[in-house]
Amino acid sequence: MARSNSRPLSPHLTIWKWGPAMAISILHRVTGNGLATVGALGLVWWLMAAATGPEAYATFIKCATSPLGYLVMIGITWAFFQHLFSGLRHFVLDMGAGYELRTNRNWSIAAMVASVLVTGLVWLYICGKAF
Amino acid sequence: MGNGTGIGRVRGLGSARHGAHHWLAQRYTAVGNLLLVLWLIFSLLSLPGLDYDSVVLWIANPLVAVPMMLMIVSIFWHLRLGMQVMLEDYVHDKGLAFFSMLLLNFYAFGGAAAGVFAIAKIAFTGVVE
Repeated sequence: MARSNSRPLSPHLTIWKWGPAMAISILHRVTGNGLATVGALGLVWWLMAAATGPEAYATFIKCATSPLGYLVMIGITWAFFQHLFSGLRHFVLDMGAGYELRTNRNWSIAAMVASVLVTGLVWLYICGKAF
Repeated sequence: MGNGTGIGRVRGLGSARHGAHHWLAQRYTAVGNLLLVLWLIFSLLSLPGLDYDSVVLWIANPLVAVPMMLMIVSIFWHLRLGMQVMLEDYVHDKGLAFFSMLLLNFYAFGGAAAGVFAIAKIAFTGVVE
């Protein structure tokens, strides 16, 4: 829709003081688009490799278990849980709850801490299983 | 009728009663992803191994192949809706916005088709020697 240039726009990122609510909102978009590209392509690659045969699967495993592969997989794990917890926060906000300043701040921080904790737990479990 | 602002024009047109569809579909697929991707993560963590034979034999089970297909559809549907919102916010040029939406649709439908096909092939042909 055409917008009249004489109308003022809402001020953007540069003028706001950083806070947990703003950080988690930006993280939701960043992790979502990261999962949508890197995560989804990795998942389809894994399935396609398994459907193609042992050689294609071996190539996938070789890439996935390289240092860069582990970095990407740990990154995807964190992005998934970050997006999951900030997504749950969105469900609460959708119901019209959790907008009080202190509550909003606390749940924003809790979601970010939880995503790091769960990512750590998942990878500790994987390391424990491997050795 | 409004006097020229965007919201005024919209109010003048009235509601088509489809305004919430995108928003709702994003929530439905979010719940789908929440359940199905958590299922995938717990399953992968509890599998005895992630080598070729273990993974293919596991996916070939109908009780795995069907939720896995649903997961692919839910994921690609959700990412199509989410990336659309991102593109609408950042791509302002009309031609570029159209082109990026075209690419997004190709990516979402192509990725979902590839994922579902791979699962179906594993389910119907099993381990390839």
